[in-house]
Amino acid sequence: MSARVKFALGAVIIVATLGWLGWVGATESKTYYHTLSELTALQGSARLQRMRVSGYVKEGSIQRLGNQVDFVLAEQGRTLPVSYVGSDPLPDTFYEKNAQALVQGRLDRSGKFVATQVEAKCASKYVAAPASAPAGAPQTGATVPQTAH
Amino acid sequence: MDVLGSFALILALLTAGYAFFAGIVGIKTRNPLAIRSARRAGLAMFPLVSLAVGTLVYAFFTNNFSLAYVAEHSSLHLPPFYKFAALWSGQEGSLLFWTWLLSIYAFAVLFVNRRKHPELMPYVGMVMAGVEFFFLLLNNFAANPYSILGVVSASGGIHVVAQANGQGLNPLLQYPEMVIHPPMLYLGYTGMTVPFAFALGALLARYPGEKWIHLTRRWMMLAWLFLGCGILLGAHWAYAVLGWGGYWEWDPVENASLMPWLTGTAFLHSVMMQEKRGMLRVWNVWLVFASFLLSILGTFLTRSGVVSSVHAFAQSSIGPWFVSFLVFVVLVCVVAYVKNRDYLRSDNQLDSIVSRESSFLFNNLVLLAAAFAVLWGTLFPVISEAVQGSKISVGPPFFNRVNVPIALFLLLLTGVGPLLAWRKTSLESLRRNFAWPMAGGIAAGVLAYSFGYRELYALVCMVLGVFVVLTVASEFLRGAQVIRSHSGLNFFQSIGRLAMRNTRRYGGYVVHLGIVLVFVGIAGQAFNQQKKMDLPPGSQASIGPYTLYCQNFDTANGPNYTAERATIEVFRGGRPAMMLFPERRFFPDSGVTETMVSIHSTLAHDLYVVYSGPNPQTNLPVIHAYLNPLVKWIWLGGLVMVLGTLLAMLPSRGSAPPGRPEGSGPSAGAVADTESRARSRVLEGAR
Repeated sequence: MSARVKFALGAVIIVATLGWLGWVGATESKTYYHTLSELTALQGSARLQRMRVSGYVKEGSIQRLGNQVDFVLAEQGRTLPVSYVGSDPLPDTFYEKNAQALVQGRLDRSGKFVATQVEAKCASKYVAAPASAPAGAPQTGATVPQTAH
Repeated sequence: MDVLGSFALILALLTAGYAFFAGIVGIKTRNPLAIRSARRAGLAMFPLVSLAVGTLVYAFFTNNFSLAYVAEHSSLHLPPFYKFAALWSGQEGSLLFWTWLLSIYAFAVLFVNRRKHPELMPYVGMVMAGVEFFFLLLNNFAANPYSILGVVSASGGIHVVAQANGQGLNPLLQYPEMVIHPPMLYLGYTGMTVPFAFALGALLARYPGEKWIHLTRRWMMLAWLFLGCGILLGAHWAYAVLGWGGYWEWDPVENASLMPWLTGTAFLHSVMMQEKRGMLRVWNVWLVFASFLLSILGTFLTRSGVVSSVHAFAQSSIGPWFVSFLVFVVLVCVVAYVKNRDYLRSDNQLDSIVSRESSFLFNNLVLLAAAFAVLWGTLFPVISEAVQGSKISVGPPFFNRVNVPIALFLLLLTGVGPLLAWRKTSLESLRRNFAWPMAGGIAAGVLAYSFGYRELYALVCMVLGVFVVLTVASEFLRGAQVIRSHSGLNFFQSIGRLAMRNTRRYGGYVVHLGIVLVFVGIAGQAFNQQKKMDLPPGSQASIGPYTLYCQNFDTANGPNYTAERATIEVFRGGRPAMMLFPERRFFPDSGVTETMVSIHSTLAHDLYVVYSGPNPQTNLPVIHAYLNPLVKWIWLGGLVMVLGTLLAMLPSRGSAPPGRPEGSGPSAGAVADTESRARSRVLEGAR
């Protein structure tokens, strides 16, 4: 067997192994992103997948029960009750007014969302420009939230 | 002043455009005047962009809040240190910063080589001017940092309305490392343009000989060094600031910076195949192309939020610009390659599966597999939305499952590769070189196992890490021995002389040692512990060998924030060990609260304490403590890698015959020196 064939064989084995590992890892962690309105339309097995949902934390809905934090996520008139069961502390911005949150987890049978992870985003620290500023005023990028990176 | 800045930007755009087109004309017509004038325009980009950057910095320092960018990213109370860093804290400024760094690189490359390589440099200058032109287009038309805040008056004119105070810099960015991390990362990203310009230029020019690959390699090493520093500083920043106890989360922005680093690493290895054996020419050119494309993609991912937009936050307008540019560059690369592919033909083929060549091939294969997996995972939401119509993201388990085995395999190659002979290695020499290091590694593994460390990957990492350290040490020892017997120098002098004779080889070994340290640090993750508890003053809790005793809570004032602070005394074995002060800082300018982590770091582990605020239920302060083993090894390993890279970039001394051109690769310097004599036993398998 020539060296090239041996190398090709080794390469195929390595790539196949990695491909398999990747497939396993992807199935384990793949998460569907849904908006609140899509979520209500989901049927059957699609409701059982792990997913991420984003929305606004409804004011005054945060309740802490032992190790669990309950709150309601709202967007465009639709709401979703969420129970956060993760161990990481909730970010500071989560408790602020108009906080946007991204929750990750699964729906339980009652339609409640059990989140293992909650990310919060401050609604960008951009404060609205003076009320007199028309929409067309040159403010390029003014509404782009900053990324920390 | 801001008018001056805008004007400088426009002028820079015209100059870059001129340098690009005059460069093409000069290359086509071989008109020396056009070539010279294109080069001078290329040099002139630097002062012009500097002027633009300078006026923006000036605007920050004079609190010119009529500029939208300054008003959004600074405030009266921002410490001067951070006013400078605010330059690259948002989209417009960081893109301008990109342009500026590239203009510095272009200036350096054109200036250093002004009397060298007359056939190649016009192409290099043309490519760099082209890239700079694209970024100046962005600066001028898509993300102009000089936009002013204005209102339209009744008469239809626009009035500038300066805000009384800015909104302040994002508190997360107000951390000393944030002043050096982005410049490092950006120096890495922009630096990839230089090897790209050399590779594409050489291909277009069909530049004879291997000289261009030495030049490409040197500049790649510089960019790779900066990128690596940027990645590690970013990881350290995330660890020390974000307060979730980790340093890497396979976030799209992190991934974006890792991909060009991986392909760059692959190139720095496979380039040796080309220099020594005339193999892999096509592959190398494409690795350089890929590194450049990935660094542009990285800039794009970082700035545009195309992937993190699964969070449904505002997308920016620069997406189409970047996509068009990427498509354009890919087309240029493909056309240049197809037209000139005969220029890249290989001289040799793989002789044996047990050889240096094949170890490099496997190294490249898995590095590329890693880069591909990271790319795939990062873009998965975009791909799945295009294919299936639903956005699906994959998380850390995907990345870890693929990349951890790759990393361990690479660690194995790190130990094996450098000791294999070119062409073919005999079994006998394998046994002689690897028996002891492997035995040492296995012994370390057995020891660790018997002490109860039984995580599979961590154990394998331990075995391989010790193996690599022993092989590297044996290389140093063997070489130093030879020098010692010749010269009568003492042991340390011999090591020094050995390293200086072939900086590239021994610098590479030092980098490998750094990698081992980093990997050991990462493997420590398998043994992380954490604990979250209410910790009112006077109470205590324990984690690992430590007991945390909460003394009290107070408030402290910083220059632009107020802080709630916990005072925690830490005991170890009943004795007071240290005090920790985790904080929560409130920044009134931006209305944001951030946590400040307090870390006690030792070689064995970090005690990482976060004050998460009061528990809304009990109203008692919540302390989240983490015990993270070996994290410090990662930062130390990074430092060792930097030192090794710097060593490898020094010119070799003492063995090169006079009159040798600079940039001597192993083909020029290594063959003649003592180290090859020391290795002659190893090389016996080769003819």
